[in-house]
Amino acid sequence: MDTRGHVFKYPDNVDTDVIIPARYLNTSDANELAKHCMEDIDAEFVNKVKAGDVIVAGWNFGCGSSREHAPLVIKTCKTGCVIAKSFARIFYRNAINIGLPILECPEAADAIENGSEVEVDFDTGEIRDITSKKTYKAQPFPPFIQNIIKAGGLLASLKENQTEKSEENM
Amino acid sequence: MGMTMTQKILAAHAGLESVSAGQLISARLDIVLGNDITTPVAVNEFKKAGFNSVFDKDRVAIVLDHFVPNKDIKAAEQSKQCREFACEHCVSHFYDVGKMGIEHALLPEKGVVTAGDCIIGADSHTCTYGALGAFSTGVGSTDMAAGMATGTAWFKVPSAIRFELSGRLPKECSGKDVILTVIGKIGVDGALYRSMEFTGEGVSSLSMDDRLCICNMAIEAGAKNGIFPVDDVTMKYLENRCEREPVVYTADDDAEYESVINIDLSKIVPTVSCPHLPENTRPASELHGVKIDQVVIGSCTNGRMEDMECAWRILRGKKVKDGVRCIIIPATMEIYRECAKRGYIVDFIDAGAVVSTPTCGPCLGGYMGILAAGERCIATTNRNFVGRMGHTESEVYLASPATAATSAVCGYICEPTEV
Repeated sequence: MDTRGHVFKYPDNVDTDVIIPARYLNTSDANELAKHCMEDIDAEFVNKVKAGDVIVAGWNFGCGSSREHAPLVIKTCKTGCVIAKSFARIFYRNAINIGLPILECPEAADAIENGSEVEVDFDTGEIRDITSKKTYKAQPFPPFIQNIIKAGGLLASLKENQTEKSEENM
Repeated sequence: MGMTMTQKILAAHAGLESVSAGQLISARLDIVLGNDITTPVAVNEFKKAGFNSVFDKDRVAIVLDHFVPNKDIKAAEQSKQCREFACEHCVSHFYDVGKMGIEHALLPEKGVVTAGDCIIGADSHTCTYGALGAFSTGVGSTDMAAGMATGTAWFKVPSAIRFELSGRLPKECSGKDVILTVIGKIGVDGALYRSMEFTGEGVSSLSMDDRLCICNMAIEAGAKNGIFPVDDVTMKYLENRCEREPVVYTADDDAEYESVINIDLSKIVPTVSCPHLPENTRPASELHGVKIDQVVIGSCTNGRMEDMECAWRILRGKKVKDGVRCIIIPATMEIYRECAKRGYIVDFIDAGAVVSTPTCGPCLGGYMGILAAGERCIATTNRNFVGRMGHTESEVYLASPATAATSAVCGYICEPTEV
């Protein structure tokens, strides 16, 4: 698993209200919602983003509401991953649960510039800034969380566990 | 090593003797909650994963509160989806228009949640129920779906910050001034991933409404949960209200805390959080004179009976300043009814305010008080992010009901002098 694309850089405390404003939450249709991804912080994001592009941000990315619509719209826009100095806890949990790759790496988040081209290896946590030719290493996820990600999200991993259990019982 | 109050509750629900910070556990859930915005996403996931029943129809709560009475056709469709799911699975705690309230005011009021519970809710302000001595935290819709299906959730056991409260609040201050002061001190990620445990001799002087307000905004400091010890105030509140027996957990004497922050309640002053982050707090007196276009008194943070009473004391017999819109939203039907019974609603209307049935509406910029570009609102709500209540060039100042109601009369931000 990896991604390669251009960077959209944002500051600290990017909140879920600017990622997907609540005025659009009268639907749960991901494609409909994704038309407004990042609208209140960067109205051009949806017009510019290409598959595999990377969001790089500061501390506490995704703070605020518990709306899963936030990681969902970022994923639906085909963003390859989000790299931040830190993530707000519900956003972090939601991203893992729905299978949006996220990486915590303060050094990379500081150094990588808007518009740079980067390549990310999710297995090793290696972030390569192709533009500046620098490499960074993000903290790997604990194995428990890696299993959720590998299964394709929380519900898929629960299903896997259930199947395993019922096979054991047979 | 000893455990914090939160760790005690988590250990008990994970069936473990003890847990420590950082440990990953699977815990049994007492209540799984969702609202009209997060439940549809959870229902889609629940169905997609092939689950066909909820783990316990009495342990799932679905509350329509964000966009009801339905604000538009799409919102109506979402409400309908929640209603059909609740009906199909015989969800006993389903609250529709006429019975509903803002979820975090409603669930404690109805006795759905109690001391010692382990609760997840697909709404970030689910941390409110820590006021009752429960572990309660906000999650997303997928967690809600998994919780509804299995009755369990995974958690990373949090470390904690202890807030040692002493003294007694001045008359013009309330729980809102306490939590805004705390957030101003530690920042919007000051308690990231951690518990905020409120203890000390100052706790006993705080009403249940104060405690609910304080825990409600723990998420605004990034916390996993906020929690108060169970005392006489808690037990009196829970008495004859709760359908399940409360279970009292206390922190061990040798529990480890990342830090201890002392808060002298007698030194708290009316506090306002300026745009566009809850941590941008200043004493209300320093903002005296900042002109406002709108006032909102309500929300899961400050739509409870004491908040209504406080607003009424200030607004009765007075007039909302010309050019200011004042919107008052009691948080539950029971509070709305009590406001009607006590004559508050007539007094609010005579003062020039409008009074709505319960809804989250304006707090999240949904409807019922959206701001235009350049407009400014002082609100008893919980967030003041860019565009939170409407246009990205509008501004929200967060404050207590006393400060908001006083400002409504003045037409500018004004600290309450007498309440």
